[in-house]
Amino acid sequence: MNPVLFLLLALLTLTAALTVVLHPKPVHSACALVVTLFVLSVFFVALDAQLIGVLQIVVYAGAIVVLLLFVIMLLNLQMESHAFGPGWVVAAAVGGGLMLAAVLVSQVWWAPGGAGPAVSAEFGYPKEVAQLLFTTYLLPFELTSVLLLVAIVGAVALTKKGLQ
Amino acid sequence: MTPTPISWYLTLSAMLFAIGVAGVVVRRNIIVIFMAIELMLNAVNLTFVAFARALGTMDGQVIVFFVMTVAAAEAAVGLAIIIALFRTRETTNADELATLKW
Repeated sequence: MNPVLFLLLALLTLTAALTVVLHPKPVHSACALVVTLFVLSVFFVALDAQLIGVLQIVVYAGAIVVLLLFVIMLLNLQMESHAFGPGWVVAAAVGGGLMLAAVLVSQVWWAPGGAGPAVSAEFGYPKEVAQLLFTTYLLPFELTSVLLLVAIVGAVALTKKGLQ
Repeated sequence: MTPTPISWYLTLSAMLFAIGVAGVVVRRNIIVIFMAIELMLNAVNLTFVAFARALGTMDGQVIVFFVMTVAAAEAAVGLAIIIALFRTRETTNADELATLKW
């Protein structure tokens, strides 16, 4: 990816992420989250992870955020009177967040490798990822199906009325 | 035209993660806290994909696949808990849901 394009998209991502955290209306936060997730999928494709980029849009922007918006509207959440914690908590969070970012960035900024080694044209295609998924990672892959089943049953059981 | 170095992606992901952490601390609405957690998960996903590209192996992308699965399950169960809480307590403010805190 062109570095100038990267910087523009990175700016958009950070702005949208800050909107998620700072906007007092939950619906606006959710919409900003969609923007963040879409731009991240562009980065995934730029990093030769085409399948992950598509999954990002389908699973995150398509399913998870729609579920979030659905719940926000179901609970009829409007502008909040106390969206943020007390002043000292906000100050501590901003300070801590800046420090965390500084530490992480100082560690990764000097990461070697430039733009990474040359890879085959099929790198990140569904066939290649699936090959790994069905050989090396077969057991975790099968276990995720159990996890999803448990999650479905748990979600239904939790929201069922009169089940105390 | 030189391509973007991997360290730039890692830097972006570090900043996104920090924003997510700060969001979990400052916000009081549990749904927005939930969104900040999703933000952190996505920052980590970007790191995985960037390292997968830097090392030229696809294992990182498979891990992202698993992280997405867990995030989807987490979203389903987490939102179900939020709905159940709202039914009994009529609030989504984390400060009023502190029975288990101390």
